[in-house]
Amino acid sequence: MAKYMLIMRNGGSVERYEDMDFDAVITAMGKYNESMIEAGVLLAGDGLSDASQGAVVEFTGEAPLVTDGPYGEANELFNGFWTIQAATKEEAVEWAKRAPLTAGNKIEVRRVTDESDFAGYEDNEYLQKEREWRGAERA
Amino acid sequence: MHDAVTAAAVEAVWRIESARIVAALARITGDLGLAEDLAQEALVEALEQWPSVGAPRNPGAWLTAVAKRRAIDGWRRRERLDDRYRAIAHETAEAGEQDWEPIPDDVLRLVFTACSPVLSRESQVALTLRVVGGLTTTEIGRLLLVPVPTVQARITRAKKALAAAHVPFETPEPAEWASRLTAVLGVVYLVFTEGHTATSGPEWLRPDLAEEALRLGRMLAGLLPQEPEVHGLVALMELQASRFAARRGPAGEPVLLADQDRTRWDRAQIARGRAALARAAELGGAPGPYALQAAIAEQHAIAPSVPATDWPAIVRLYDALLRLRANPVVELNRAVAVSMASGPAAGLALVDDLAVRGVLPANHLLPSIRGELLDRLGRTEEARDALQQAAALATNDRVRAVLLAKAAAG
Repeated sequence: MAKYMLIMRNGGSVERYEDMDFDAVITAMGKYNESMIEAGVLLAGDGLSDASQGAVVEFTGEAPLVTDGPYGEANELFNGFWTIQAATKEEAVEWAKRAPLTAGNKIEVRRVTDESDFAGYEDNEYLQKEREWRGAERA
Repeated sequence: MHDAVTAAAVEAVWRIESARIVAALARITGDLGLAEDLAQEALVEALEQWPSVGAPRNPGAWLTAVAKRRAIDGWRRRERLDDRYRAIAHETAEAGEQDWEPIPDDVLRLVFTACSPVLSRESQVALTLRVVGGLTTTEIGRLLLVPVPTVQARITRAKKALAAAHVPFETPEPAEWASRLTAVLGVVYLVFTEGHTATSGPEWLRPDLAEEALRLGRMLAGLLPQEPEVHGLVALMELQASRFAARRGPAGEPVLLADQDRTRWDRAQIARGRAALARAAELGGAPGPYALQAAIAEQHAIAPSVPATDWPAIVRLYDALLRLRANPVVELNRAVAVSMASGPAAGLALVDDLAVRGVLPANHLLPSIRGELLDRLGRTEEARDALQQAAALATNDRVRAVLLAKAAAG
């Protein structure tokens, strides 16, 4: 069993948040989230506020270039994510296909790395530190 | 245009949809065994068709409709009126394929029927993994380390037993609710503990099995959000599973709580466990056995180290657990907590009392804890004897190796 992140992105053609029927969007997303909770697979998830309130830091080879939102023609904005438990990539893809998204949106399905992905590098100072950082998040 | 549909993609749909499909068919036919057979036939048809013609827009509805058609075909072939099949024919005439809406209560009925008291615990586990978890017989065999024909036999036996006892496809009556719910939670926790501390096989930790149990537990929490003990069980499993990475040493050997690298505990999982425990508490009432065990696990999860753990709080939680039900293993764990809160002599007195009472005669736990406490008191020779005695009783190879190493070091 592995963890997968479903990364929601949209293209430039998608409505801006203020133009949406927000009630309908919340209801559709809520039902989708509920279906994953009821199936026992949803581990975490968050949505992101409008890109106009954000910024992009772009690495161009010299000094990083900062662009405040909205990013003009920049498409494929990252809008939110779900982390789910799935037995196979196909299962994660099947959940992604069920998201209530309109044309122009995309969901990228990626497996979340775990300790096994860093086998052989356990002695790396920063892998050890990372564990401590994760440890420091304790509530 | 459609994407290529692989067998793995069909199986993924199955894993997601099968509980609701089997449940809907079982409600209509009143026969879980028949429902499962029909759903399996629909799966076979999907595996044949989808790779060439593409997956349907609503795969759950498609599979259900095909299963119902199969049922009607069977009914026609047999040329006799059978109420179970007639119910399907009626239902199919009423509703089109796209109207199919699963009813959440159906899945709940499915859970309770799979954990029916007419079934052995073994059959309950196999049937629950199969019809509620949507696992194939091969997957169940792999997870439980049982040959596939054995799994098939258990499931066939279970279906026959349900039919023979005329077990209705229903949720329990209020008078039976508490005991039936306890049985369901027991099945899920049994699957988890077999993954958590396997009693057989070369590996004593099987995270995949434990994660299936967690999935079942979270499903139950979605179906029964008002039941505090369901959330208590989910909390307990999340908190115990959060330590998996730290529980297994570099050579696969078990690492005891005191020796675990706490930075390797999964903090996100701990947060989920604590949230589930908080939900159980919000629902009110005296905490049940799962919530209390989860509360003990939570004390460990939030402690920065063994000495900095709130041991008096843990002793109080064990007291509450023992008030619910006498249990020598819980008494033994309480003795360890007392030794941490009030010193090894206080703990040893409790362990010796248990030994005098002759509880857990063939279990390695008592002498192993006794050995640890004697060692902490500087009674080295007695400690070595106790640890050797424990090693002789241990059934798991890796556990035995750890005990022998300790005895040698003493």
